[in-house]
Amino acid sequence: MRSSESVEKIMWSVVACLVPPLILSTFIFGIQTLIITAVSVASCVAVEAISQKVMGRQVTVRDGSAVITGMLLAFVIPPGVPYLLPVLGAVMAIYIGKHLLGGIGYNIFNPALLGRAFLLATFPVAMTSAWLPATPPSEMALFKYLGTDIDAVSTATPLALLKEQGMTAVNETFGATANLYTDFFLGIRPGSIGETSGLLILLGGLYLLYRRYISWHIPVSMLATIGLLTWIFGGVTPFSGDPLLAILSGGALLGAFFMATDYVSSPTNKKSQLIYGMGIGALTVLIRLKGGYPEGVCYAILLMNPISSVLDSWFKPKRFAAPLPSQGGAK
Amino acid sequence: MTTLLTFPKGGVHPPAAKEYTAHLATEAMPVPDELEIILGQHIGAPCTPTVSKRAEVEEGELIGEVKKGLGVPLHAPVAGTIKTFGTSGHPMRVSAPSITIRTDQAAPARTYEKKAWSQLDAKELLAKVHNAGIIGIGGAGFPSHVKLSPPPDNPIDTLILNGAECEPYITADHRQMLERSAEIVEGAKIILKILGITTCHIGIENNKPDAISAMNVAVANAASEEFTIKVQPLQVKYPQGSEKQLIQAVTGRKVPAFALPSAVGVVVHNVSTTAAIHDAVVLDKPLYEKVVTISGKGISRPANLRVKVGTKLSDIVDYLGGVTDDLAKIVMGGPMMGFAVSSLDIPVTKTTSSVLFLAEDEIDTSPHSQCIRCGWCLEACPMGLEPKEVAIHVEAGRPQDTKQFGVFECFECGCCAFVCPAKRPLVQFIRLAKMKAAG
Repeated sequence: MRSSESVEKIMWSVVACLVPPLILSTFIFGIQTLIITAVSVASCVAVEAISQKVMGRQVTVRDGSAVITGMLLAFVIPPGVPYLLPVLGAVMAIYIGKHLLGGIGYNIFNPALLGRAFLLATFPVAMTSAWLPATPPSEMALFKYLGTDIDAVSTATPLALLKEQGMTAVNETFGATANLYTDFFLGIRPGSIGETSGLLILLGGLYLLYRRYISWHIPVSMLATIGLLTWIFGGVTPFSGDPLLAILSGGALLGAFFMATDYVSSPTNKKSQLIYGMGIGALTVLIRLKGGYPEGVCYAILLMNPISSVLDSWFKPKRFAAPLPSQGGAK
Repeated sequence: MTTLLTFPKGGVHPPAAKEYTAHLATEAMPVPDELEIILGQHIGAPCTPTVSKRAEVEEGELIGEVKKGLGVPLHAPVAGTIKTFGTSGHPMRVSAPSITIRTDQAAPARTYEKKAWSQLDAKELLAKVHNAGIIGIGGAGFPSHVKLSPPPDNPIDTLILNGAECEPYITADHRQMLERSAEIVEGAKIILKILGITTCHIGIENNKPDAISAMNVAVANAASEEFTIKVQPLQVKYPQGSEKQLIQAVTGRKVPAFALPSAVGVVVHNVSTTAAIHDAVVLDKPLYEKVVTISGKGISRPANLRVKVGTKLSDIVDYLGGVTDDLAKIVMGGPMMGFAVSSLDIPVTKTTSSVLFLAEDEIDTSPHSQCIRCGWCLEACPMGLEPKEVAIHVEAGRPQDTKQFGVFECFECGCCAFVCPAKRPLVQFIRLAKMKAAG
C-alpha cells in the first residue's frame, strides 16, 4: 500500500508555483523573459534526455525535475542575456552538475545554481549588466524591449547600487525607502525574474509548505539569519542595517523557498536543516557586504550544498529507544 | 470523553479500507474435505507429528508436539484420517512440512462445556494455555505461555490487550471484540491471574467506536474488586498496534531496542489471542480455528470467516464465489506488512489474520526511481531509523554497512515505503540488508 504522493507530483507542483512570478515578470520586463525561460527549460529537458540516452540510463524527463532546473536557471540570470547563455547554462547544470554526478538524487550541488555560477564566471559582463528596466504592469511593457539593443537599456540592480554607492544612491535611483519595500515586494524593480516579485514567490513557497513538500526549517533559518546579520553589520554603524530590504532583494526569497530546499542538495534532518539555513544566511550576508559580488545567495547555497551530508552524519534521527546495556547499549 | 492516546514519533495514515467487512458478522465456513496443517505454526521449533499415517483422529486431538525448544502442541482441527506427511505452500518460507488430514464429514462438530477456573492456580492455568497450543495469533506467532512466564528479574505490573487493529482492511479482531467481548474480558482476567497482577488496559483505535462500547459494556458487566480493567481508545495512526508503539501510547514507557515488553513491566496480548486463551482455560478447547478477514475488490464476496487451521486459500475462494476479473495481487496479512503470494495452494495457519484479494486500482505497481533524499521516510519511521540510507547502501552493494542505520531495530511496518514518493521498495531493501548484515 502506498500514498498517492510521487516525485512527479512534487516536481510539477514546484513548477506550478514558479509560473505566477514568471507571468508577472513578463508583464514587467516584457516578453523577453518568457522567451529566455522557454529557451532555458527546453535546453534543460533536451540536455537531460540526451545525457540519459547517451549514458544508457532511463530517460526520466517526465518527472519534471529538469523543467524546474530550467525555470530556476532562467529565474537567476538577467532577462536580457543572449539566448546562448541559458543553453550553455543548461549543459553545465544538467549534464555536468546532475548526470555526471550520478543523476537525480546524487547531484551534490543545486544544478540551476551551478549553471548560474558557470555563466557568471564565463560571461561576467552579460551576467551583470543585461538587466531590463522595470515597468509597472499597468503600462503593459509586454513587447517593449523585443528586438531593441539590450545593452542600451541596461541598468544596475538595487543591490549592486547599494554596494557600490550606498543607500543614498539607491534612494535617488529607485525612490524613498518606504516605497522600495512595496516595489520590491510587488516586483517593480530591475533584476532577474526570480528577484522580481517577493509576494508571488512567497505565496508559492507557502503553498509548498502547506502541501508539506518543504518544511519551514531551511527558509526560516536562512531568511532570519540574513535579516539579523544585515541589521547588525549592514549599516554604516552597527545595528543600523535594513533587514527587510535584505530579505526582499537579491533573490533571497527565491533561494530560501525554491533553491536551498532542493531535496537532493540539502540535508534531511531538521536540526541539520536549521544549521544549513543559518550557514546560507551568514554566507549570503558575508558575500554581499565583504565579497566581490553584490549578491551572495547563489554562492552561499553552493558553498553549503556539500556540507549537507556532513551535517546529516552529525545529526541522526532520534531512535525510539536505546538498547539495554546487556545488549550493547550505553551503560 | 477520554483523551485519545498515541505514540509520538512517526507513523502514517493509510486509507482504512475496513468498510468492506467491518459490518459483516463472523461466519463459520463449512469444513473442506482436506486440511493441510503446517507443522511450524509458531516462532520456534516446528512440531513433530505424534500420529501415524492412516490414523484416525478426533477434532481437537493432539497431532504434533515440540520435542525440543520453544513451541506449542498442534491439534487436529477436524475429525478425520491422517492422509500424508508432506509439504505445503507457505507465504514466507515458500514451502513447509505439513500433515494432510482427510475430513470425516459425517462426524459431528465437537462441543465444549464451560468449566470454572477460579480454583486453578497460575501454574495450572499456564499449563492449559500451553497445552491448547496458544500462540500470538495477531500475526507474530510467539508462543503465549512464554509471554506469560516473564523472567523473574522483570516484575510485570501491566497487561495490555491489543485491539488496535491498525492494518487497513483487517476486521477480524474488530469482529471478535463485538461478538466475543465477554470472553475477551474473562480471558484478560485469566492472564492477570497467571501474571499475578491486577491492571489491564484494552487499547482500541478510535475508528471502531462499536468495539470500544462493546468492550466497555463487557468490562462493566465483569467488574470486580480484584482487577482493574480499562478500555483505552487510541488515535487512528498506523502502526498503533505495534507492540512497542502501543506500550508507549498506553503507558508512556519505551521498550529498549532488542528487548521484550517485560523489560518495562508490560505484557501485551492480542484481543483474539485473549479469546483463545479464554477458550483454552474455560472450555479446554485447543486453538485450531481462526477468524480470517477475506477482503479487497478482487474477491466476489468479502467476509470475516471462521475457518479451520489448514484450510487452503483455494477452498476459501471457492466458498466465497471466486475472484473477480480485475484481481491483481493476493496478500496474506495486511497490505502494509503482509506477504504477496503467487498461489492459492497455501493453507491458513494460526497466525493468518487476513487474506486480501486486491484489484488493479488497490495496488500501486509504478516502478521505483532513484532516491531524491526528501527525508519523508525519516519522518514516517516510528523507530527513528534511516530507511533511505539503508536502501542507498544496498543499491551500492554495501548491505553489510547498514547496521548503523538501525536495520535490526526495524520491524518492517512499511511506513517508509508507504510515504516514499519515488515508490522505492524500502522494506525489501531493509530485509535484504538484514540478511547480509547479520553474517
